Amino acid sequence: MKAFTVHTGVAAPLLRRNIDTDAIIPSREMKRVSKQGLGEGLFAGWRYTLPGGREQNPSFVLNRPEYRNTSILLSGDNFGCGSSREHAVWALAEYGIRAVIASGFGAIFHTNCIRNGILPVCLEEEVIRDLAERVQEDPQNNLVEIDLNRCRIVCGDSELEFALEEGARHMLLNGLDPIALTLQQRKLIDQFENTRRKKHAWAFAPFEDCVEGVLP
Amino acid sequence: MTTPGAISGATTLFDKLWSEHAVCELDNGETLLYLDRVFLHERTGSIALQSLHAAGYGVRDARKVFCTMDHIVDTFPGRGDATLMPSGTDFITATRNETRAANIRLFDVDDPNQGIVHVISPEQGLVLPGLTLVCPDSHTCTQGAIGALAWGIGSSEAEHAMATGTLRVRKPKNMRVVIDGALQAGVTAKDLVLNLIARFGANGGAGYAVEFAGSTVRDLEVEARFTLCNMAVEFSAFTAVIAPDEKVEAYFHGRDFAPKGEHWRDAVEHWRSLHSDEAARFDRELHVDASTIQPAVTWGTSPEQVVSIGESIPYPDTFAEDHRRESAQRALAYQDLAPGKHIADISVDAAFIGSCTNSRLSDLQAAAAVVKGRSIAPGVRGVVVPGSRRVKKAAEQEGLDQIFTDAGFEWRDSGCSMCFYAGGETFGAHQRVISTTNRNFEGRQGPNTRTHLASPATVAASAIAGSFISAEMLAESESLAS
Repeated sequence: MKAFTVHTGVAAPLLRRNIDTDAIIPSREMKRVSKQGLGEGLFAGWRYTLPGGREQNPSFVLNRPEYRNTSILLSGDNFGCGSSREHAVWALAEYGIRAVIASGFGAIFHTNCIRNGILPVCLEEEVIRDLAERVQEDPQNNLVEIDLNRCRIVCGDSELEFALEEGARHMLLNGLDPIALTLQQRKLIDQFENTRRKKHAWAFAPFEDCVEGVLP
Repeated sequence: MTTPGAISGATTLFDKLWSEHAVCELDNGETLLYLDRVFLHERTGSIALQSLHAAGYGVRDARKVFCTMDHIVDTFPGRGDATLMPSGTDFITATRNETRAANIRLFDVDDPNQGIVHVISPEQGLVLPGLTLVCPDSHTCTQGAIGALAWGIGSSEAEHAMATGTLRVRKPKNMRVVIDGALQAGVTAKDLVLNLIARFGANGGAGYAVEFAGSTVRDLEVEARFTLCNMAVEFSAFTAVIAPDEKVEAYFHGRDFAPKGEHWRDAVEHWRSLHSDEAARFDRELHVDASTIQPAVTWGTSPEQVVSIGESIPYPDTFAEDHRRESAQRALAYQDLAPGKHIADISVDAAFIGSCTNSRLSDLQAAAAVVKGRSIAPGVRGVVVPGSRRVKKAAEQEGLDQIFTDAGFEWRDSGCSMCFYAGGETFGAHQRVISTTNRNFEGRQGPNTRTHLASPATVAASAIAGSFISAEMLAESESLAS
């Protein structure tokens, strides 16, 4: 997984609450059995003039020239709510988004971000509005720097502190593979499972007598 | 890393389920939780399995993993692998190949037990009280209704779940929503949950696992409890749970994969311990008086934008907070509605009955009771999609399919269908749809389609009247007219 340490980039404001994963990537844009090829469908309903089309809607923030090469999104509360589709995060990553700063995140989306090297930063709504105002003056020059080592955001002369749970921070900083980490605990998992099987055989019973994949 | 000890003192149902599955506390504040079941579907499961294999990992115990075709599969009668969505067949084929290679039990397109994951899992007893279950689908919270710890995850987490039989999870806080009072005639679990979200906000449950409790919840039948828990994710909760009771025991007795004989007795004994202790403390507690709730319908593009059927579209200025005002204005523009307009004066173009929220036999019975002997209003298109093939069969044995088709509804095969646009099917741009589904987001049911969420009875009545109306009001208006 891609690590996140320090990133500096153009930030674009999309300051509304409850931006759901259907809006981040509509179902119709999830065309292939793949994590790739999704960047084009990012925010398709807002970004293009027609459904399924590719003619850019010039008023959408990411299409405006001053926001070219955006890599940080500024948004409202409950960003990424709704459907669990990880395609939303894959689309953001492929488009080039490295961090989303919002006042809250959908729980599944938040974990999906961590698993894909995108940093979800939680800040107060007012603080994000102030940051957006500063950025808007000159987006290409008023770049935002996010340092996950120090948990600091710097834009011009303002410096903001943020918090991220230690587990998520550690994963992101080191670009760790959680499956490999957990498999180190395999013995403990086996032990737990054996104890559970003895105590709650009913929870295993329907599957104990069957050959793999062939249920009675 | 520490091994979790026995929890002492009064505990909540959620804490009991959590601690029973805690393999260990990780040193980063997360818990390694043991998983009893994993469910997949063809949209996210196919990618998760492919990616897992590409990374060189296997499935730890394929016997505990199940997969269904529900999201993309067509619901037209006589369907095969072809879908309206151009590349939908690729998802179906990939899922079939990947599950076969991994020895995972698949409920395929033509399987008599196929259906929507959150309908077929309890229907077959694959989920049970006291178990953990995850699925790369946000509405997995539905299955908490029977006292399981079930929650939705992303594809990467599904890979982790299959490879390790566990997940690394940060424990959410405890919330209890106590619902008391008798529901008025014609008011359902759907109206309850829409009212809850309207009152406390679409992010009202963020950071919490929610236990639904109170006399109203106890009085709900098991299928209605699924509806209540289904929309916990629309409340932004981690998941929802309801303590299992004798209704839940009766529900599971004799199901295909429910424990039998001695195992059944052990299971029931354990299930009876699965409730919050009287003195258990919750981080937050909400109270709802169910007796005042009316049949509800959403007017906007967030599940918190709700009115009762007899009311009018609100004026954005009446919202105190800036963000609610802004989102109301945007929603009214998208929905093409004027503030102050009476809900009963808004005509509908289409009606959809289905989805993991409201597609079980009792939902179809409630809708059919309204539809029986009546006809859909001219120009309105109505579609009924049973949640599973078993529900479909049971409904047909009762003659419900005939009632629906006589009234002018289409009667379909099972799947998620027009809850969203994944299969490529939609009622069309600018069509106003009254729907028993769970999300009224912009574009959810297709580009520029306008969705209004309501209960099966309200959707059925509105299809008949051609405008938003409850079943009770429809009956009243007819008796006045005759």
